[in-house]
Amino acid sequence: MTKDNHGKAYKFGMVIDLDKCTGCGSCMVACMSENNVPFKENETDKKDSLTWMTVYKLTNGKPFPDTDICYMPRPCMHCGGKGDHGHSPCVSVCPATATDYGYDTGIVSQIYTRCFGCRYCMVSCPYHARYFNWWDPKWPPGMEEYLSPDVSPRMRGVVEKCTFCYHRYQEARDRAYYEKRDTIAEDEYQTACTQACPAGAITFGDLNNPDHEVYKLVKPDPHNCGRPRDPKAFRVLERLQTNPKVYYISEREWVRKAGDNYRKGEWDKKNMLTKADGQH
Amino acid sequence: MKIDRRSFLGLGLGAAAGVAASPMTWKLTDDISIWTQNWPWTPVPRDGEVTFDNTVCTLCPGNCGISVRKIAGRAVKIEGRGGYPVNDGGVCLHGISALQYLYDPSRIKSPMVKKRDAWKTVSWDEGLALAAEKIKSLRDLGRANTIACVAGSGEGTIAGLYRRLLMAAGSQNFYTMDSMDKTWKMLIAEMHGFDGTAGFDIESSDYLLSFGTGFIEGWGSPVGNFMANSSRKDRNAKLVQVEYRLSSTAAAADQWIPAKPGSEADLALSICSVMITENLYDKDYAEKSGKNFDDFAKLVTEKYAPELITRTTGIDVPKIKSLAAGFARAKAPLAIAGRGRGDAAGSMMEFAAVHALNCLAGNINKKGGFWMTKDADTMIWPSLVMDDAAAKGYAKAAAGPGGSPDRLFDALTSAGEDETPVEMLMVYNANPCHTLHDAGTVRSAIEKIPFVVSFSPYMDDTARLADLVLPTHMFLEMGEDIHGCASSVKKVTALSKPVAGPLFDTRHPGDAVIMLAKAVDGSVRASFPWESYEVAISEVMGDTWDILAKDGYIKCASQPPAFRPGVDFKLLVGYDGPPAPLGDKKKFPLILVEMDHMRLTSGAVASSPFAVKTVPDTILKDNDILVEMNPETARQTGVSPGRMAVVETPVGSARVKVNIFDGIMPGVIAMPGGLGHFGGDNRYIGGKGVNVNELIGPVIDPVSGLDAAWGIRARISRA
Repeated sequence: MTKDNHGKAYKFGMVIDLDKCTGCGSCMVACMSENNVPFKENETDKKDSLTWMTVYKLTNGKPFPDTDICYMPRPCMHCGGKGDHGHSPCVSVCPATATDYGYDTGIVSQIYTRCFGCRYCMVSCPYHARYFNWWDPKWPPGMEEYLSPDVSPRMRGVVEKCTFCYHRYQEARDRAYYEKRDTIAEDEYQTACTQACPAGAITFGDLNNPDHEVYKLVKPDPHNCGRPRDPKAFRVLERLQTNPKVYYISEREWVRKAGDNYRKGEWDKKNMLTKADGQH
Repeated sequence: MKIDRRSFLGLGLGAAAGVAASPMTWKLTDDISIWTQNWPWTPVPRDGEVTFDNTVCTLCPGNCGISVRKIAGRAVKIEGRGGYPVNDGGVCLHGISALQYLYDPSRIKSPMVKKRDAWKTVSWDEGLALAAEKIKSLRDLGRANTIACVAGSGEGTIAGLYRRLLMAAGSQNFYTMDSMDKTWKMLIAEMHGFDGTAGFDIESSDYLLSFGTGFIEGWGSPVGNFMANSSRKDRNAKLVQVEYRLSSTAAAADQWIPAKPGSEADLALSICSVMITENLYDKDYAEKSGKNFDDFAKLVTEKYAPELITRTTGIDVPKIKSLAAGFARAKAPLAIAGRGRGDAAGSMMEFAAVHALNCLAGNINKKGGFWMTKDADTMIWPSLVMDDAAAKGYAKAAAGPGGSPDRLFDALTSAGEDETPVEMLMVYNANPCHTLHDAGTVRSAIEKIPFVVSFSPYMDDTARLADLVLPTHMFLEMGEDIHGCASSVKKVTALSKPVAGPLFDTRHPGDAVIMLAKAVDGSVRASFPWESYEVAISEVMGDTWDILAKDGYIKCASQPPAFRPGVDFKLLVGYDGPPAPLGDKKKFPLILVEMDHMRLTSGAVASSPFAVKTVPDTILKDNDILVEMNPETARQTGVSPGRMAVVETPVGSARVKVNIFDGIMPGVIAMPGGLGHFGGDNRYIGGKGVNVNELIGPVIDPVSGLDAAWGIRARISRA
């Protein structure tokens, strides 16, 4: 075992192929089931519905029959923040250090017992990836039997969010340590949503590792805070410089354009630049 | 002491400085944060050794392999079973949610008898004795033929046991719920003279032309289809969706053809006509070895040329021609039918028109095409013992012809006051009061039956009307033989196994029948020589049992059948369009259709709390269902988005909310299926929304005799 971890940091990230996603919702349920996410009798007020992974439905806004829709699964983006130095929007504002940036994994953590529910992080998150427990979780009698000991059930008054199934990373890391290995293999650590997706639309892995599928799919630019070099790939709200670790792929131009707000003419200019880049 | 301004400020500042200097603030904040989080009732899940148990999910006909993660023997999570031929690790949201079905506190925990509209708990012996007494008395009265049974499907040994019980008692009244598989089966018997099941080799097809199927919304084998859809780009395969609404399938398709509702079959025939006139068809298969081809060709070229049907379908001529060219030039083109999830029978003529495309392309029993396979009949049932009462009863015709439950309930509805065509009804793995069209009438028909026994694990829409509930295990608590998804070419025979419980005083549905037969005594008892279901299945499955018991499943070679039955176009020569939806065009100017949504179940089992949680608020808001319509339709009818409205059809009306969506054709209203359940104590799905089947009435298909309804004429107005 090497003691020195410097330079060996992982940067776990996710690539979601929006052309494969069918909006079935398996990722959402896999996440809820894996992470002991509670449910209420009425979950139709989506503002207080706890869904670490949620699937948005985008439309191109055109009238019948030129309408098109696209489903966009949205976990926590695990932002690297400006300059990709770990100053995620939420981490920067947390007064309790309840959420922190893991420099060894790139994962933004959430420690429920430290959180005192000020919800600054929810305000600062541009992706609405954080949820507040307005009530105590309540499982119908008997259903507590399926709760997993790997993830602590939360209590009223704290914020929760997607952790990239950090407990699965811990398990993989422990196993590697036990087997005297330095690194964990790509398939050893996969999130519950990735594993469940029946369309195979989600890919998860180490963005620092050129052998990993996520790297091959988006070719993150290390000199540009991990911006995708693949022209079909994009990150949501790139201009905010939050540097998310969740990438999306789509062949459809309107979908890629929906990933950010563009001034008039800006999108075309950007596209021309990308095309010119491709000719070098 | 006089308090002047100076001393007041001094005291105040002093107090502030004192508080700030003391640790009180920090201590209190800390205490508050601890106190606000100290909730002893927040559960601490027990830890322990992690194990995995494999079984097969039977929530839908897809039958995916699942792996149950257990911690210290306690089922904690369901995941897809890697390497399983149907789904290879993928799993849908309903399968993942199955533990919520297992631990559901609203399950029926022991046998119950209804007495004066109140449920009374009884023992299994008492419950079985009650049902057996009823069977005995009907047999003694010579009315054995009035015993009926409705089962979810006819496949497998459990359904076999129920069917056997009915035969042994002396009744032909065994019904299975309609599905597209029934129609496909009848169609290949009609067009190919072949007795077997239809399968679609979707994952090898390079041009899939879907006529309104919810290909990636639960049709056929859902997870298999998701995988086939995802691999399209790599395989260079095209998907073309014909549908009046931009469903998820239409959105995923390379091309969306928004043909008017009800004109899909006409469009299919029009594509046939282009293929024939432009010589784009397989002459060897369709013409030389086919029967009645010339008459068919004459019909389609004369009556269904693209120029003639542009008006009815709303699709222009060049588009129809390009569809025909695309379909005909593909290496392995495949046309599929069966609207939505395919859990309704559908119109035989529509299926025939779509299947004519497969026949013209000659892609029959070839890789990437339409397959016809013989049903592997591996079950060996011992000979049945039928006494006089049984023989006499069995000689009488079934109350509902054709084995369709719609016809059974129709017969009950139209029966006179003094007639009782069904004296006793048993319901297993089915929820006809929710899933059949015109559910309200079905409910009244069931209420007319003097004695109803439900074998459901849940207090569903049908069980609540029963007189006796003999609750069976839910699927994770039991083992049974599973016979692959009919529409898939991956023929997998599998054996599921109990991975949990049983948690309550329930019985295996197979054991319940055997126990019931034994309680009936006499020749019925003699027909059930097994001690338990486990003994029965091991004997009945014959040679396959040993392999199943050892390996868990048998996968047949995925090779197209070697023979190619010829085709007879006779059925299509008399083509006169599929039956029109019910209702008067003037009185009901719109068309209401059911919209299948992947996140809501539509079969016998209602959606789980997790599944309901994922349902968007454009489908369900509080307890109100939302119907989807084009902004144009809303403008014309004067209803507004998010506001209440009343939908009326010839069979019912409902209060709904309005959701505006550009992707639906003007004049069509889509209503999500799978809502409006009676949930009993389950308030996570019970009482939410409206059951679309209350608004759509059945239309009996003149060819198949099954229910061909997919929609109904309707109107909508402000509430």
